[in-house]
Amino acid sequence: MRVGSLLAKRAALAVLTLWLLSVMVFVGGQLLPGDVARAILGPRAVANLDHQLGLDRPLLIQYWDWISRFVIGDMSRSYAYHAPVAPFVWRALGASVKLGALAFGLIVPLGIAGGVWAALHAGRAVDRILSIGGLVAASIPEFVTGIVLILVFGIWLRLLPVAADWPPGAGALRQVQYLLLPSLSLALVLFGYLARMARAGTIEVLKADFTRTAVLKGLAPRRVLWHHVLRNALLPTITVIATQMGYLLGGLVVVETLFRYPGIGTLIYAAARDKDFPMLEAGVLTVGVIYTLTALAADLLYSALNPRIALGAAE
Amino acid sequence: MSRHWQLLLRSGAFVSGMLIILFWAACALFGRLFAPFDPFAADVLSTLTPPSAAHWFGTDQLGRDVLSRVIVGSRDVLEVAPLATALGLVLGVLLGLTTGYFRGLIDEAVSRVIDAVLALPLVIIALLALSALGASSATVIVVVGFIFTPLIARTVRAAVLAERALDYVAAAQLRNEPTLRILLGEILPNIMPPILVEATVRLGYAIFAVASLSFLGFGIQPPSPDWGLAVSESYGLINGGIWWPALFNTLAISSLIVAVNLAAEGIQATADA
Repeated sequence: MRVGSLLAKRAALAVLTLWLLSVMVFVGGQLLPGDVARAILGPRAVANLDHQLGLDRPLLIQYWDWISRFVIGDMSRSYAYHAPVAPFVWRALGASVKLGALAFGLIVPLGIAGGVWAALHAGRAVDRILSIGGLVAASIPEFVTGIVLILVFGIWLRLLPVAADWPPGAGALRQVQYLLLPSLSLALVLFGYLARMARAGTIEVLKADFTRTAVLKGLAPRRVLWHHVLRNALLPTITVIATQMGYLLGGLVVVETLFRYPGIGTLIYAAARDKDFPMLEAGVLTVGVIYTLTALAADLLYSALNPRIALGAAE
Repeated sequence: MSRHWQLLLRSGAFVSGMLIILFWAACALFGRLFAPFDPFAADVLSTLTPPSAAHWFGTDQLGRDVLSRVIVGSRDVLEVAPLATALGLVLGVLLGLTTGYFRGLIDEAVSRVIDAVLALPLVIIALLALSALGASSATVIVVVGFIFTPLIARTVRAAVLAERALDYVAAAQLRNEPTLRILLGEILPNIMPPILVEATVRLGYAIFAVASLSFLGFGIQPPSPDWGLAVSESYGLINGGIWWPALFNTLAISSLIVAVNLAAEGIQATADA
């Protein structure tokens, strides 16, 4: 019962957030754009075009028209392609999910392993190297990491392709090969955060009474590590993964542009460059929806896994 | 305060970070004086020459000396990022003080707006705003500053919530001090440490964001020798084996951002101590 009402409250807040987000995107995409076209076209042509695009109607009606169609998956028409936006967004999203999944698949195990390893050797050289490496990785922008990776693995060692444009019909393994460099440059930013959280969680659990009990009652160290320490140390890591989704989604714009990969980031970038506002609004709002839903899911997962936490008391 | 300084100066992270920042700041201010060539002088006869004794970092597509441009390239980002951070700080501190002190409906409403802003990665909101407003250094400052405002407000609000329950605030209220004076004269000085930490962390992220936006062509505009812009102009050449303009500029960006984060780390550690 308690869980049900918490879920309802969190879901309601997420809906409210999304509504505010849609208003922000609407203001950014429909109200702020300058009058450059107006100045070039002259008043009469502009009035005609405005009427054609429905821009001469009251703002509230325009907003309602836009958002009610967006909710059912109709994202209006692109200015640049003179075609419905939705198919572009879905295709790009599919490509980005592939890239994002590989990035997470690479960095989550690496980050956790690094953090646990550092915790087990706390204060020694390994620990310091990992924490400094994590700090450096977390602070460097994705395009910088990407260029260094391209230079080293693509140009000098000639091990991996430098652009994520595989030949048509390439198999899954071949695609992974093309996506390796982009997903690494996307995810290295997260390595530091993940490792740091996993390290802190592990150290805390290592000090806990139940760990000492497990050790003292003669359990094998390996068993203590897997059954007692890791299970408890990884809880905070789940929240980190969810909150870092934002970084990952933001990084998509830069990384996809750098590797010429046709995902949602490239779509947003191209739409911003071409001032294709319907496309831009749809892309930005889609990213916002994904992020909000991930955060909600992580919240619920965290509370489900951790009986000690009462979600309502978080404030 | 002096104890804090002593702690800071003993922090290896802070000192090494500050030294690198000061180095780039000196380059931004006086770089023109000791750069080996004029960073803006094009030389069409020697474009894209690899690193050599004359041009240590090679030349770019207009024949300009890459080393000289890297030396003066910190100038714009060291202007734009701190100004954006400062704008976000001023607005965010005011917003955080008000929402944390008064609570109630305004607080609730502002918190929801903050959640909405946080639901989008910075680069993506910035792209939306910059394509609507037009890209220039001034719009980047305003856009990044505005995006930082709710993030900083959230930290400040949390600190204010802890302070307003303390006796000295109650005493000031009983003395009938004007609210503005309680906020700025009583509470603000007491929450300076978290604000300072927030400011340095934000500055690191501002440099990250400004460099990324410049790389995408929505930040600092040509003919500035800005590093992010230089990378955006030269990364397409890497496949042709021309690595020097892209590499040296990315290394410069990395050194500055890592330095700011090291300094932030040091400040954070001493603020907690």
